[in-house]
Amino acid sequence: MSAETGAIRRRFEASLADLDVPVTSTTPAAFESTLETIASDPTVGTTLPFEGVSLPEWVDDEPTPATLERATTSVTAASLGIADYGSVVLPSTPDGSEQVSLFPDLHVPVLREADLVADMPTAIERLGPHLRDGESAIVATGPSATADMGALVKGAHGPKDVHVLVLESEGDDE
Amino acid sequence: MSGNAREQKADHIRHLLETEGDAVEANTLGFNDGRYESVADLEDYEGLKSEARAIKEDAIERLPALIDELTETVEANGGTVYIADDAADANRYIREVASEKEAERLVKSKSMTSEELEVNEALEADGVDVVETDLGEWVLQVADEAPSHIVAPAIHKSREEIARLFNEQFDPDEPLETAEELTMFARDRLGELIREADVGMTGANFITADSGSLMLVTSEGNARKSAVVPDTHVAVAGVEKIVPSVEDLAPFIELIGRSGTGQDITSYISLLTPPVDSPVVDIDDPDVAFADRDDDRDFHLVLIDNGRMAMREDDQLKETLYCIRCSACANTCGNFQSVGGHAFGGETYTGGIATGWEAGVHGQDSAAEFNDLCTGCSRCVEACPVEIDIPWINTVVRDRINRDGDAGRFEFVYDELVPDEEATGSIGLQKRLFGNYETLAKLGSATAPLSNWTAGLEPVRSLLERTAGIDRRRALPAFERETLVDWFEARGPRVSAADAEREAVLYPDTYTNYIDVDRGKAAVRVLEAMDVHVRIPAVSESGRAPLSQGMIATADAKASRVYAALAEHLDAGRDIVVIEPSDLAMFHREYEKLLPEASFERLRAGSYEVIEYVYGCLENGANGARLRTGDGGPAIAYHSHCQQRTMGVDRYTRAVFEALNYDVLESDVECCGMAGSFGYKQEYYELSMDVGDRLAEQFSAPEAKNRLVVASGTSCEDQLEDLLERDASHPVEVLDPRSRLR
Repeated sequence: MSAETGAIRRRFEASLADLDVPVTSTTPAAFESTLETIASDPTVGTTLPFEGVSLPEWVDDEPTPATLERATTSVTAASLGIADYGSVVLPSTPDGSEQVSLFPDLHVPVLREADLVADMPTAIERLGPHLRDGESAIVATGPSATADMGALVKGAHGPKDVHVLVLESEGDDE
Repeated sequence: MSGNAREQKADHIRHLLETEGDAVEANTLGFNDGRYESVADLEDYEGLKSEARAIKEDAIERLPALIDELTETVEANGGTVYIADDAADANRYIREVASEKEAERLVKSKSMTSEELEVNEALEADGVDVVETDLGEWVLQVADEAPSHIVAPAIHKSREEIARLFNEQFDPDEPLETAEELTMFARDRLGELIREADVGMTGANFITADSGSLMLVTSEGNARKSAVVPDTHVAVAGVEKIVPSVEDLAPFIELIGRSGTGQDITSYISLLTPPVDSPVVDIDDPDVAFADRDDDRDFHLVLIDNGRMAMREDDQLKETLYCIRCSACANTCGNFQSVGGHAFGGETYTGGIATGWEAGVHGQDSAAEFNDLCTGCSRCVEACPVEIDIPWINTVVRDRINRDGDAGRFEFVYDELVPDEEATGSIGLQKRLFGNYETLAKLGSATAPLSNWTAGLEPVRSLLERTAGIDRRRALPAFERETLVDWFEARGPRVSAADAEREAVLYPDTYTNYIDVDRGKAAVRVLEAMDVHVRIPAVSESGRAPLSQGMIATADAKASRVYAALAEHLDAGRDIVVIEPSDLAMFHREYEKLLPEASFERLRAGSYEVIEYVYGCLENGANGARLRTGDGGPAIAYHSHCQQRTMGVDRYTRAVFEALNYDVLESDVECCGMAGSFGYKQEYYELSMDVGDRLAEQFSAPEAKNRLVVASGTSCEDQLEDLLERDASHPVEVLDPRSRLR
């Protein structure tokens, strides 16, 4: 891990701490056991496009409107993390990552450490070609929230909690 | 405005202060404090604002080409673009889409543009069930009320009111009480309604021409649901929302939440390129996996002109199109903080920039309803993330309103008193009196003390209230028989030009010259203690008074006169020293619009606020011990002036007090609420006092209540004296070597 990556990682974690969003590190080998400690049943998810990582058996990876409605946890991929803000970029996919990341009470975005960037301009620069290619994405920062009812409440229309999982590549954990 | 209309306006404002004032105040102050905190975290806030401004300037400049590019992009993506000339045109198209889809229900995320169209009413007339899914908007839909704020539409309602409303309307098993309970109730109910929706409607904060993407700034997640659950998505957006490319979005993402609700970023920045790849959430096929669906989504982008292309051609209103509707100008505004958007707003839009929007999309009459509520304090100028000169837009629209309508009824009787340059139009006596304050002051001074006795008489106050709407609860300023200019001419300078370190021209603003002559005398003594050779020539009023009434032509003529009187002094290397911040703000800000560029620049570079000037003298070796210092002087409660803060020169007063060992406690309110003539006006007296109460509260606190009240502006001094029943002084009177203020 380079010094710069380390600084970005620390900044990302500090931003998440400001948001009261927990973050846990894992590796592809430990992914399933780590996820198990975070997720609650029933869990739904969409494909994780990361080498050596796939959704465990106990995660419904072919959600339907009915199973999505019942799920309490969701697991989807984040394509970028933005250190300055503690944001994760959630690409919309044909298998339904957008709604899967939105409906259940707990969302677990899975982010590769290598996909962390320092700031917003860098993230948007990376997103540019994807949007021009017709893709969509959400820059998500913490859980859904509203202050419209007289005080800040988490979980307005979307998740009440977010727990970020950072994937370190094997042999990278010092 | 007739006396009757003034009373009605006062009644309306009083009602809102009583019913909505507390909730609006708590929320806007929270947003405003959050903004200060959040922008302070940015490495280069000013640079980011300038970047955002440049992007909008460029986008509006080449808007027709961007509309074409965007249309091509969206169509290539598989969507449809409709450019609607006006609201009726847009609504007709949207109704057609709903009708083709045989839509029974349309769910909406928050969109001010859809409020501008009144599209809900249009669809409901066709029998479509329109559901607002933003929690604040939904509260208003249930209550059948209009938004009072462009970002947080229901801030005028307290939690208790919302609970009462829900309990009455929905009669839940257990009465709802906490914010958590209310939110979860709304979430469940709206979740059901969204599940069965046929069409989703969103607005757009930005649209990128290169990719055809919508950027939506939200926190609840309802916009995400509205866009993804049904198979048909209609987005409505003003044409001004287009920016050239995805990369242009970055500065806006960083600025919009901070500027508005004081959040570094909102929970969700949706970057949707519709029709999106996400599968439809179809409850009629509950067991078909999303991955197995093959949806054919429908996307309609309805771009709204509705006056915007004409605004683009209007040199003065054009700047309004740069607005990103963040609400900073509302949250930072003293009047808005007290009364909210139900008074400070037109048919659709609320807050300072609403004047531009309403004049552009609904017409001048809608803007005229609330335009007076902008006092020109300019606190919104530094808060605006795209650097719009919002007070100027308000002034221009006020000027246009003045010029419209029938001829001035009072012209005949009062011509001598109100010799303004505005030849046509229907400027009321109230505006003309305040706009021509210099003439009134001259006459009042020449006839003092008789004029002061007369002005204090009940029949006179009654007449003034009836004819000019000058509230009788306000003490009128008392004119001095001997003006500052006359006093100084008789006295002469005590530091000769030959012995002086510098030469300064002390600008005799109307108030100092005719009313508070003592602070002028104090300024002379302070400058001379710094070895400055002082001159006080007779110079015209700066034009601030007429400008604040929207009388731009009169202000323009005054600016020329002031410049002519000062040009030779500037050429001779003399510094122009100004006591009244609102006059200095004319020299530093508004004269840019009224004088040739070179003249403006020369006067701006050569003019200083009086304590800024003292600071400069001290920095250059003047002996501060010759001034009254904090060692013998009083503890101070200091309120800097709104325009002084916007110019960034308030810091010098702070620095000088500190350097001279004063014990200072400073206010942090945006404005005292007096704002020149505003607090004298019968229809605004109570609002002015309500705004002032926030300041009075700070200066009545135990740690402040025994301090000497000090304020840099004339109006602030008057307002503080009225509110606190304590004397208020200018900082220069504190520093005066002869000062005995305690």
